[in-house]
Amino acid sequence: MKYTEGPEIRDAKAPSGPIEERWEKRKFSAKLVNPANKRKLNVIVVGTGLAGGSAAATLGELGYNVKSFCYQDSPRRAHSIAAQGGINAAKNYRGDGDSIYRLFYDTVKGGDFRARESNVYRLAQVSVNIIDQAVAQGVPFAREYGGLLDTRSFGGAQVSRTFYARGQTGQQLLLGAYQALERQVAAGTVTMHTRHEMLDVIVSDGRARGVIVRDMVTGEIERHLADAVVLATGGYGNVFFLSTNAKGCNTTAIWRAHERGAYFANPCYTQIHPTCIPVSGEYQSKLTLMSESLRNDGRVWVPLRKNDTRAPGDIPDDERDYYLERIYPAFGNLVPRDIASRAAKNVCDEGRGVGPGGLGVYLDFRDAINRLGRDAVEKKYGNLFEMYERITGENPYDVPMRIYPAVHYTMGGLWVDYDLQSTIPGLFVIGEANFSDHGANRLGASALMQGLADGYFVLPTTIGDYLAAGPFGEVDEAAIAEAELKVRNKIDRLLSVNGTRTPDSFHRELGKLMWDYCGMERTEESLRKALERIPELREEFWQNVKVTGTAEELNQVLERAGRVADFFDLAELMCLDALVRTESCGGHFRAESQDADGEALRDDENFAHVSAWEWGADGPILHKEPLEYEYVKMTQRSYK
Amino acid sequence: MNLTLKVWRQSGPSDKGRMVTYKVEDVSPDMSFLEMLDVLNERLILEGDDPIAFDHDCREGICGMCGMVINGVAHGEQRATTTCQLHMRHFEDGATITIEPWRAAPFPVVKDLVVDRSAFDRIIQAGGFVSVPAGSAPDAHSIPVRKEDADAAFDAATCIGCGACVAACPNGSASLFTAAKITHLSLLPQGQPERLSRAKAMVDQMDAEGFGGCTNTGECTAVCPKGIPLDAIARMNADYLKANAK
Repeated sequence: MKYTEGPEIRDAKAPSGPIEERWEKRKFSAKLVNPANKRKLNVIVVGTGLAGGSAAATLGELGYNVKSFCYQDSPRRAHSIAAQGGINAAKNYRGDGDSIYRLFYDTVKGGDFRARESNVYRLAQVSVNIIDQAVAQGVPFAREYGGLLDTRSFGGAQVSRTFYARGQTGQQLLLGAYQALERQVAAGTVTMHTRHEMLDVIVSDGRARGVIVRDMVTGEIERHLADAVVLATGGYGNVFFLSTNAKGCNTTAIWRAHERGAYFANPCYTQIHPTCIPVSGEYQSKLTLMSESLRNDGRVWVPLRKNDTRAPGDIPDDERDYYLERIYPAFGNLVPRDIASRAAKNVCDEGRGVGPGGLGVYLDFRDAINRLGRDAVEKKYGNLFEMYERITGENPYDVPMRIYPAVHYTMGGLWVDYDLQSTIPGLFVIGEANFSDHGANRLGASALMQGLADGYFVLPTTIGDYLAAGPFGEVDEAAIAEAELKVRNKIDRLLSVNGTRTPDSFHRELGKLMWDYCGMERTEESLRKALERIPELREEFWQNVKVTGTAEELNQVLERAGRVADFFDLAELMCLDALVRTESCGGHFRAESQDADGEALRDDENFAHVSAWEWGADGPILHKEPLEYEYVKMTQRSYK
Repeated sequence: MNLTLKVWRQSGPSDKGRMVTYKVEDVSPDMSFLEMLDVLNERLILEGDDPIAFDHDCREGICGMCGMVINGVAHGEQRATTTCQLHMRHFEDGATITIEPWRAAPFPVVKDLVVDRSAFDRIIQAGGFVSVPAGSAPDAHSIPVRKEDADAAFDAATCIGCGACVAACPNGSASLFTAAKITHLSLLPQGQPERLSRAKAMVDQMDAEGFGGCTNTGECTAVCPKGIPLDAIARMNADYLKANAK
């Protein structure tokens, strides 16, 4: 795939000066909109997860006229709901030495020095307000007997700063945002459009002025106009077909915005979570995460010998390889996500994997049960064991769990400046859909923090500065008609192929290809192979896909086909981005760039930048945004 | 495994609908119920038929989007389990399985197994929240909450809004759903200022949507994937009575 290089991005619009004063400075410099004018300003928010739900609710509270869209039957279903672990905040309620600065430091380091310092510092500052807001809404966080909030520690941190609501923190935070949103619907400031899928952005006079959506029940193509558009449409992990994302998660909204001129940043940064339930057969439709906390007491192992088909209980200790404890004696089973994932892949590649297809490793609680007793283990992990048994039919008290890594989160996304505005004026991008705060690797319990920081606190301030110049007047009818036609043509084309393969069969094949060639480990050879194969498969898709039914009805086959079509284009850009970035960093591991011990080796000299890709008719155009570290010294990570 | 499925097919709200029989072969016991339907749907597409429409999203039992009445039971016979978490190993080889949508007047069928549950959103709009605009909150530790209250509030708050309670209730009542939210918020100090007005507004909205009344049959809690207990309804009724007495 050919690409060209465009001018560098020199100014991401973060204020200058001491880092702790920058957000305060930006808030003060942002223009205000008086209450009477807010009512005349229309804002569209697409997506109702933590970022979109909180943003739509807050903009409604401020008095803007908001339209909110989601593809599910209710805004409460967005996939933020599945987050288990918790949410980080620099409250320092434990007095264990936490601070805004330390959360900032941990997040920059955890991101392997590929995130912006200014953004991350603001995130750490705002984190404390999120907890206050959520508690006031009635989010039932875990508490101690004294009535104060409980916290726990999480990977990549030495302090206890993770607030949680049993294993359902995402659900409870999302319901808080959802309830705030429904309150605004009742107040008349937000109009909710469920079962609507965004299919294009309307750009008129160089500004984002609306969206084209499809009513998924009637099939009607609708136009919605506004003074600004906010995308909060989540990540694109489903490009791999199998991931921990919900089935409906897709890239269509951000990809089509990319085709309209929004830069796509760091598409190759994907996070692979080490502890998921392995694939059980060809029919597998998604992967389920098992909380990382299991690695506190479970020991990870595979048989020493290849193709050992004995039952795990029949394999004596001296014929087992507790490979994490062997390779990483200091951290053992608690190494970070990317390292644990890659180690599992390596032992399976050697032919020592367990379970169907040899794609699994044991997570064994035998020793923990012997040491602590079954009751103690049940108290700690009972609900997780139950969930495992429900899915696999195996009882982890008797037989070790089988786990394997799975795609979980995408750090890449649409490029945004400090104000969370994309390269299309008036198009803002928040939550997982943007690229901004996690660098090349996200730490546990940071996704919820970022989604809510963007939605409750950052966007509502920065979008005001943009809207202060509005309302922006009439939208060019030709621009609307062009976008609408583009959407209709794509749908017609999908329906007219009438081939012999289902959209899912193409999606599975694309996903397998991405997993094999652009997954946990990438090489120049694998990426070149992928870049050769993707266009061929896309060509076959457009020649041979079969979409039943019509455009004028609820048609789930058509919905899927449209999403798969966009995944092809995104997949190509991901592989290109991975190919160009010849270093390893965070979740992006290039086999050619590792140290003597097989650990990821960054190349700060050549790659301390954001790769922001502009869509071009003759191939992508790469714009580099240099990253500078004034506060956190760049170092190589080590966990041995 | 080989199975016979009898599935409710209805092309749209105005169609009368009917049961259609399908044979599915080579079903793996490790498949989830929805994966079994995926396999059938892939076949239907290739045969040029309209695949069976059903709602689903997270497929890990938390989003509340999926829901089917399986052999007459909402979400199937396995307790505390959503449809997406039900696996085929719980069925016998050669079995016949009936699959129907939630049936309740306030949940009209959209297509096949897909129903419109927007009435639930409107019940929440009526008062299922604490009125606290972003940025106005005091420090999280300014109001301690007894651990017992926080835990009980959490138990009620785990409701996923799937609607199985309504589908299972002979009266089509939404009492368990509504009571779960009222209970969650009424157990916390943050929910006190609006406690009675919330109960009144939400119950009135529930009635306005056409849901039936509660006669304590307990079918709702039996099928609830999150095991929301029946006593939530007693709490709701008490608050509602107090609100009306004022």
